[in-house]
Amino acid sequence: MITENTIADFIYREAELLDTMQWQAWLDLFHPEGHYWMPLEWQQQDPVLQPSLMYEDLLLLKVRVERLAGERTFSQKPKSRCHHLLQAPRIVACDAVAGVFKARTSYIYTETRGDMLERYSGWASHEIVQVGDTLKIKLKRVDLVNFDAPFGNIQLFM
Amino acid sequence: MTKYGSNAHAIAALVREAEVHRDVYVDPEIFELEMEHLFPNSWVYVGHASQLSKPGDFITANIGRQPVLASRHTDGSIHVFYNRCPHKGVKIASEPCGNTGKFFRCPYHAWSFKTDGSLLAIPLKKGYEGTGFGDTQANEGLSKVKNVVIYRDFIFARLNDNGVSFEDYFGESLSTIDNMVDRSPEGKLAVMATPIRYMHTCNWKMLVENQTDTCHPMVAHESSAGTAVKVWKREQGDATETPMAVQLYGPFMSPYEFYEQSGIRIWPNGHGHTGVANSIHSNYSDVPGYLDQMVAAYGEKRAHEILGEVRHNTVYFPNIMVKGAVQILRNFIPIAVDRTLVESWVYRLVGAPDKLYERALMYNRFINAPTSIVGHDDLEMYERAQEGLKSNGNQWINLRRLYDGNEEQDVTAVINGTSERQMRNQFHAWAKFMTMDMDKHVEAAE
Repeated sequence: MITENTIADFIYREAELLDTMQWQAWLDLFHPEGHYWMPLEWQQQDPVLQPSLMYEDLLLLKVRVERLAGERTFSQKPKSRCHHLLQAPRIVACDAVAGVFKARTSYIYTETRGDMLERYSGWASHEIVQVGDTLKIKLKRVDLVNFDAPFGNIQLFM
Repeated sequence: MTKYGSNAHAIAALVREAEVHRDVYVDPEIFELEMEHLFPNSWVYVGHASQLSKPGDFITANIGRQPVLASRHTDGSIHVFYNRCPHKGVKIASEPCGNTGKFFRCPYHAWSFKTDGSLLAIPLKKGYEGTGFGDTQANEGLSKVKNVVIYRDFIFARLNDNGVSFEDYFGESLSTIDNMVDRSPEGKLAVMATPIRYMHTCNWKMLVENQTDTCHPMVAHESSAGTAVKVWKREQGDATETPMAVQLYGPFMSPYEFYEQSGIRIWPNGHGHTGVANSIHSNYSDVPGYLDQMVAAYGEKRAHEILGEVRHNTVYFPNIMVKGAVQILRNFIPIAVDRTLVESWVYRLVGAPDKLYERALMYNRFINAPTSIVGHDDLEMYERAQEGLKSNGNQWINLRRLYDGNEEQDVTAVINGTSERQMRNQFHAWAKFMTMDMDKHVEAAE
């Protein structure tokens, strides 16, 4: 039985996989039709006809992950690392019968590379579905508080 | 002690026929001189008229270091001002865009100005009676930028009173803007959203040069575009159609021969473009219904002419790049000698199918965003260059690829697509516009 605790644990686990650079295990959390979305507008509704920082399907996420380890990926020499500091997820929907779960998690994210350290704040919204015995991410939406700021390279995943 | 200030000879000596000195990228004094001379002498992009659709709409921008403000007046005209109150110098508008209503009001002492810049009112006006205020520059309201040209809705301004006219400055290069606008069945572009912004810790000219550098994609972008192609080949399964994403990434990995044959065209005053015969934008899937709209609007022959023009990157000297085939303009805004803000704008083709706007937005976030893996490849190279140029081992940057000793300057020509001619062209223009208003100083010094 999926409970609110199960969903919260799932979200903590997802962040842990990113922080420990277990990229393939992270990709495995996604539904085949899953997307990762970083809007560029406040309370943005449309990822396709409004500009976004990222809106990627599983194919494109695989490209990113594979690239991180590439021999000629010069922007990963030295490699980046990341850290997620999550507030307790607020479970917005937990319908075990329909298999639909939604959560919103406030976070501070740190990405570091070489001597550089950048910090970002925002909210992650997860849409999670049940597939057999497992949970899969249908949509991970990442809203930065300063989405419109001019950032340098953001190379990993928030 | 200054090394270059007011010394036109010293500045000109930084640019040789096919080499430039590293100081043009790393010397803070050169950067300040660019702000003082190069940008005010050039025609600089301020914004797009569609951002000012209603009276009272305004946008803010910088030309070099100087803040400017463009507004739509009640009679429909567009005006560009220096963004400073004539009283104490406070910036009148602080946001990138907005609507000011019937007038601008300074937040400090409530001096107010009509949207054509003229002084509307000062509180306690009586206090200025008999003071001679009427004869001051402040009485004229917001200082106007006199040289403003709106070309097919693209707003350009030149700060210095004297210089090259808009027509002589851009000449034939405007054909890229023409083609981008003509791609709308209604002959109209619209800005619908804010740009993607990306901070680069490098000199602004590295970005401008990279726009016509065709020898780097297959090397620097192997990690991003190459991986995209590789993953797609492996994962495509029974797919019959290449996804839009892979169509956008794939051509970056084209071989040198492709870029050689696609050609570069140069124009006087530092402008030029890659992708003359074909380009990385040549083979995108057709968008259903679009060709029919274009034929209905322009006729069969003209519609094919417009869509057959698939230029890659057009550099408008000094600091914008236009990509007509995907309706993108990148503005390389200099912040410091080693800091550049890149704003990447997408225009919607008015009247065209949504799919074209979707593709343009996708291209922009794939290539021009801080979250773009292609952007990561490029920025890494610029940052390494900014560091590497500190080396005293060799103080010159080599731009000799396909250099011809008899190369004439300030001409129009189409050449091999892997030539560094357009970079030489830019640096010729750089020296020209840097020193254009300095000659007097040189004479006085000698």
